Amino acid sequence: METLIQQLINGLVIGSVYALIALGYTMVYGILGLINFAHGDVLMVGALTALQTMMFLMGVAPGMSPIYMLTIALMVAIPVCMTLGFLMERLAYRRLRNAPRLAPLITAIGMSFLLQTIAMIIWGRNYHTFPQLISTTPLQPIEGVFITPVQIIIIVASAAIMIGLSLLVTRTRIGRAMRATAENHRVASLMGVDTNAIIAFTFVVGAALAAVAGVMYASNYGIAHYGMGFMPGLKAFTAAVLGGIGNLGGAMLGGIMLGLVESFGAGYIEHLTFGFLNSSYQDIFAFIILGLVLIFKPTGLLGERVSDRA
Amino acid sequence: MITLLEARSIGKRFGGLQALTDVSLTINKGEVYGLIGPNGAGKTTFFNVLTGAYTPDGGEFVFNGSELPVGKPHRIVGRGIARTFQNIRLFRDLTALENVMAGHHVRTKAGVWGILTQNRRTREEERLTTQRAYELLDYVGIGRFAEVVSKNLSYGDQRRLEIARALATEPQLLALDEPAAGMNATETAQLKLLIEQIRHDGVTVMLIEHDVKLVMGLCDRVAVLDFGKKIAEDVPFEVQKNEAVIAAYLGGGKHAH
Repeated sequence: METLIQQLINGLVIGSVYALIALGYTMVYGILGLINFAHGDVLMVGALTALQTMMFLMGVAPGMSPIYMLTIALMVAIPVCMTLGFLMERLAYRRLRNAPRLAPLITAIGMSFLLQTIAMIIWGRNYHTFPQLISTTPLQPIEGVFITPVQIIIIVASAAIMIGLSLLVTRTRIGRAMRATAENHRVASLMGVDTNAIIAFTFVVGAALAAVAGVMYASNYGIAHYGMGFMPGLKAFTAAVLGGIGNLGGAMLGGIMLGLVESFGAGYIEHLTFGFLNSSYQDIFAFIILGLVLIFKPTGLLGERVSDRA
Repeated sequence: MITLLEARSIGKRFGGLQALTDVSLTINKGEVYGLIGPNGAGKTTFFNVLTGAYTPDGGEFVFNGSELPVGKPHRIVGRGIARTFQNIRLFRDLTALENVMAGHHVRTKAGVWGILTQNRRTREEERLTTQRAYELLDYVGIGRFAEVVSKNLSYGDQRRLEIARALATEPQLLALDEPAAGMNATETAQLKLLIEQIRHDGVTVMLIEHDVKLVMGLCDRVAVLDFGKKIAEDVPFEVQKNEAVIAAYLGGGKHAH
């Protein structure tokens, strides 16, 4: 029983992070039909920028309270990633908007390599310890079940961000323009929507989410390095496909579900395979799911109309 | 009479096809101006060039005394030209109300900051946009379908919704591309009343239409395109007698509408 609740908590934590990243994938896909494979690397840039900021702060103001330090680190990482998202769209993807679909896809993969290489040049090839500023001493709400304050913050903050994003998209002027652009950007522009601005805005919002997710991810695992964006990026992509790519609710649902499956899988895989596989094989679950979804329900759980985009 | 739109020697070529050749025309404020011609004459191409969907190869549009920007559809909408489409192009997954509100986007300003803080100006703007959208839905006669997702509306209602969405951009010139296509006689009669009402309320209307009766009954002046060239421009009664026009329509053999 304790194991069950424990895996539920772990799953929710990592699932929230996947959901935040998946939202970035799905928003961009929804509006452009582009799978931005460099999205995971934006997360990496966010985490490493935050790390760099914290190192700097520890140097100049060693006595600073950890909460302030983390807040400032986020305040630096978010705009850096937003700028990065904006530049990627402006310099690379916009030129390819009317190109065959393969061109932007390959460009996205190239962009991913580019960001990783730049990060490797700046931050080196080593794993960095990500300072765990918020207490990682686990609380024990139930006997035998542990949850750290970082994990609580991750769950609460992700939920708040997701609610905010839903309100933005469904209730506001910009959200309406985003949905109109997603449906048909030529018609949207003929109806007075500055679609270039809306598309840029979408990239920027997605990048901001990735920055937050990057800091969460690095805080949770306590490490950061130039290649750290690859795996969560791929898994969040899986989550977006699972939920139905292009669908915001789907990305949230898919992210949480993937986190849960992974966490339960990791918890029980040893029993299920009679000790043949252990929890370090947890990564296979995401890709088993990706395979199954693509075979049996390629539109995802909540998606309906991928076919007319793909 | 005040000139609202002046097209000066508009040309457009698609590969080997000269879709528009040297088309010049003038639309006066407050009139209903018809653009007719056989299929493939270049009418919709003219709309597409006017609204910025295509870039013209030559010529320019002067609207309200100054030149229209090229290749920036949303800025042309901002200047006061709105259109509907021959084949309906609504935002299919948005409700009727949201479609109209999306049309009002160009007249509203709320930016990221206003939306994040939900300040008073943003909330007031959103309230007015909503209210205006309901009014426009009533205006075109589909107010009761405000919350219906637009792809579920009937064909005729979708056409009306397109007009409401275009009106939400607060145009001075409303360009309707075959609004009566696919409508029965009753619906066409209602459409005629609606267009007359729109003109009465101060919006100049440019109309592409195949329904000759509707064009003749509604338009103050008519221009006729044939193979991308303007072959006539006059009041409907005169155009009907124009020999070049008769030849264009009948010359091909089966184009009597």
